[in-house]
Amino acid sequence: MERETLVSVQDLSVTYQTRIGPVSAVDHVSFEIQKGEILGLVGESGCGKSTLGKALMRLIEPPAEISSGHIIFEGEDIMAYDEEKMRDFRGRRTSMIFQDPMTSLNPMQRVDDHLIEAIQVHEPKTSREKALERSSVLIERLGIGLNRLGSYPHQLSGGMRQRVMTGLGLVLNAQLIIADEATTSLDVIVEAKLADQLREIRDEFGVTLLMITHNIALVAEMADRVAVMYAGHVVEMGDIYTVFEKPMHPYTQGLLGSVPSVELNDRDELFKMPGEPPNLTHPPTGCRFHPRCQYAMPICSQLEPDLTKQPSGTLVHCWLYQDHPDKQKNTLKA
Amino acid sequence: MSSSFRKFLITRILLTIPMVLILVSLIFFVMRVLPGDPIRSQLGPRVSEEQADVLRERLGLNDPILVQYGNYLKDIVTFDFGNALTQGERPIKDELGERLPATLELTIPAMLFTSIFGVSLGAFAAKNRKKPIDYIIRLFSIFIYSIPIFFLGLIFQIVFGVQLDWLPLSGRMDSMLLTTFQSTTNFYVLDAIISHNWPALWSAVLHLIMPTLTLGLALTGVFIRLTRANMIEMLRSDFIAAGKARGISEKRLVYHHALRNTFIPILTLIGLQTAILIAGAVLTETTFSWPGIGRYLVERIALRDYTAVQSTIAVFAFFVAIISLVMDLLNAVIDPRIRY
Repeated sequence: MERETLVSVQDLSVTYQTRIGPVSAVDHVSFEIQKGEILGLVGESGCGKSTLGKALMRLIEPPAEISSGHIIFEGEDIMAYDEEKMRDFRGRRTSMIFQDPMTSLNPMQRVDDHLIEAIQVHEPKTSREKALERSSVLIERLGIGLNRLGSYPHQLSGGMRQRVMTGLGLVLNAQLIIADEATTSLDVIVEAKLADQLREIRDEFGVTLLMITHNIALVAEMADRVAVMYAGHVVEMGDIYTVFEKPMHPYTQGLLGSVPSVELNDRDELFKMPGEPPNLTHPPTGCRFHPRCQYAMPICSQLEPDLTKQPSGTLVHCWLYQDHPDKQKNTLKA
Repeated sequence: MSSSFRKFLITRILLTIPMVLILVSLIFFVMRVLPGDPIRSQLGPRVSEEQADVLRERLGLNDPILVQYGNYLKDIVTFDFGNALTQGERPIKDELGERLPATLELTIPAMLFTSIFGVSLGAFAAKNRKKPIDYIIRLFSIFIYSIPIFFLGLIFQIVFGVQLDWLPLSGRMDSMLLTTFQSTTNFYVLDAIISHNWPALWSAVLHLIMPTLTLGLALTGVFIRLTRANMIEMLRSDFIAAGKARGISEKRLVYHHALRNTFIPILTLIGLQTAILIAGAVLTETTFSWPGIGRYLVERIALRDYTAVQSTIAVFAFFVAIISLVMDLLNAVIDPRIRY
């Protein structure tokens, strides 16, 4: 299904200035998010997926900075926005649901005041009553009782708080919602409920959802497309069925092989990826995955592959699928 | 008021009773262990032992120590405090009644000044963390914290009192005005306002500036540091990041969201600092010849006036206990998570 492009990320890099030198947590990443889709962004801890999510709202704080690239949102490059325009962009056009619902709400502010504040910050002319009315409709839709509006965050359960966070993300009709590990801290039943709700919201409000998670099962269940990140690079990206059926990048293969299956008679050992994620102060040369790759070739340690489109439509960042004059056909390790 | 809250309140108030009792008992015995006694300090070394003994007998100092202790506790419980042993043997109630307002007139503005000034500077430093202004404020806070109060007072006196001649050096009011001044509450500022005596009001305020600033500044360092540290932690918290992602301005995040959450430790600090405030008041009153209970205490310790010292300490203890109770109650009001 071809959709319109909502966000086009071009050559985006985020660099942390550390004492031992610059670290590129996100390294020249380009991809697109289409209107109305659910895009899953998966990868190990520290692969840069959360940083990428924050960068999409320009929420990167020193000592990190966006060191290159463009973020084209509905045809406009938000990298060119000044602080005032950016403030208006945040919350109204893109909003974010954070990982920890326990700490993401102001403990001294009631739920209704959070919602009213979110509205009034962007629409100063809206009265308190109007803002409350609008929030109430949404809050009920999210399955939070209206009697909860006067509660303080500590009086709510984790799932309830995350629904409040979701409400805060939706209350201004933002087109893109970035859910940064939004379900990670919840127990599986609450997680499943919230995931269902997010999907319903997408269908109902027509929003676009970027789901940042390391929960591959959740992505498999919810997402339309998936992007796999490794060490600051998007290494594979494509339609969810294609990628899960036939993962192309060795890292994606390993990642999918390490997910337990609940099928009977399937008590095979899980695949354990050899090695450790690289230290990004000194990333491996060439393809950043090559020290852990069982198919690594001489070229892999010398040159970085491009993100190339395969016949299946999947984009993959690997020399196995790309030709080069110097590419040698024999693999180093069998 | 819920019943659990009433229970908390009653417990807290009842708990101050043993606290004050222990403190007063401690002072009672320590005073008697100290060398020197109120009789010799009054009469001097040349008066004969027989004459001294007459006075001793009259003041009840020849009674067994436990009898004296029992009598004294009786005085405290009835809020009578008895009479001073020296300087005219006036009822201590009257002596403190005259001096306590002077001390409150000094300490209340000093506390307001130090909390408002300290918290604003601390919040401002946190907002501008690692910028030059932050380093300047931090340096200032250490500097001001390490200066002894009396030294700061002396510097102020030399600069603003002597060199610049802007402010009066000591006392509560011009002596010329004092001769005709009608004092009913012993709060001079209040009295001057009630009697519409504007020159007296002006003079009282001028006299207040240096002692208040001295006492206030001396306590500011702690407020700056505590506010700054807590604010930085608050500004790092997730709800601030989430607020920023909703497009809330930085100013609102700092001064509305983060600062409100920082008030909880600050209120606790105000309660704790009250004890230091009173210790500071003793020094400040001595430096500026301020006729409050701090200076009274110093004078009466020198005279070994047992009852006067014990009573003053008891008043201090009540004062500290009440302030820390008020701060606990305020915390319960502003923090929705605290329920008793």
